[in-house]
Amino acid sequence: MQVPILKQGAYLIATVQSALTDEDLKQLRDALVGQVSKVRARGVIVDVTALDVIDSFATRTLRDVAHMIRLRGAETVIVGIQPEVAFSMVKLGLSLEGVATALDLEEGLAYLDRKVKGHNHEVRTHR
Amino acid sequence: MSDVKELATPTERRLESTASLLRELVAHLTQQRAQLREEWAQLITEAKLLTAMTKEEIFAEATSVYDNYVEALETGTYEALQAYARNLSERIIPRGVETHEVVGIVLLLRDVLARSLFGKYRDDFNKLNRILDAYEPAANRIAITVAVGFVQERERIIREQQEAIRELSTPVLQVRERLLILPIIGVIDPQRARQLTEQLLRGIRTNRAKVVVLDITGVPYIDSAVANHLVQTVEAARLLGAIVIVTGLSPEIAQTLVNIGVDLGKMNTVGDLQGGIEEAERLLGYRVVLTKEATEEPA
Repeated sequence: MQVPILKQGAYLIATVQSALTDEDLKQLRDALVGQVSKVRARGVIVDVTALDVIDSFATRTLRDVAHMIRLRGAETVIVGIQPEVAFSMVKLGLSLEGVATALDLEEGLAYLDRKVKGHNHEVRTHR
Repeated sequence: MSDVKELATPTERRLESTASLLRELVAHLTQQRAQLREEWAQLITEAKLLTAMTKEEIFAEATSVYDNYVEALETGTYEALQAYARNLSERIIPRGVETHEVVGIVLLLRDVLARSLFGKYRDDFNKLNRILDAYEPAANRIAITVAVGFVQERERIIREQQEAIRELSTPVLQVRERLLILPIIGVIDPQRARQLTEQLLRGIRTNRAKVVVLDITGVPYIDSAVANHLVQTVEAARLLGAIVIVTGLSPEIAQTLVNIGVDLGKMNTVGDLQGGIEEAERLLGYRVVLTKEATEEPA
């Protein structure tokens, strides 16, 4: 199932609606990385609220997306990881290192606003 | 074929005679009900059992126990007695009745009834023997049923209390918009660690927290499994977009964390709770200003 990508101001928002196959994930990655400079987006939000499993391939793909998009000059934030999903990811050693995460879409937008508009105050640390 | 039949017959006969003996026994106990019950209640008081209850209450309970006892002897089924024992336990445990008291009164009743049988059949030793053969296994079974019912009820209450203590032991408190505090007191076992994680992650979601201060000043030590779990919890919180600041690490816990080789880059630690809250406020952009009025001595 393809993930719809919406443009909202300077940001792209991809909302995952249902479980994704590896093929879907690759497609999402290529679409996001391709579109980001086409529409001159400053930030990308991937909303995974609907996912109740995030496996190693998905984690790696999400991390790759974030890194590739940074190389293309925009910021990425993953939002809506469920508490149970977060803990099982960590148990499996999948921790999305170097990728910004936020509670939900609203928080993700606030994060990008701060990041992109260069506000001097920053709430999150990223490693 | 005929062998089987012959073998079966004596067994059947014995069963039947046991049943008829029990019937006779029950008839005797029913007839003597008032007197035996009185005798039993008297013995309970003398033995200083059930001191938490009044004389009237003891008598009322004694009546029900007696009737249930005789009924169990009569029907040979223990479900009703079991239900009654559970119900009785539920009522008397909160009043501080101990296991030895409950077992004690049932054994007293067994003895009272046995004595009355001795009295009734003292002229016919053979009959007495057979009556006791029928009575003793049933009476023992009744005693076991009541005791087990009582102990099970106690265990159930203990489990409930443990659950309650556990729930009380991990409060999630919001001290400012977006700032939660989790003060942990006492030893963290693996089950409590799991619960802690659950509460913390759920708390982040429901309170939309950005920073969580996990204060473990009250935790004397943790083993490496729990330490690992703690580190994983901090990581999982990050995936939800929140920062966890751990405060009040004892030297022992610091040692454990270093021993398991924790990545200090991933874990924010501050010496004490005050420092943790100040750090959290800084991260959230709060600035606490001492105003003039507040510095004055309260009237």
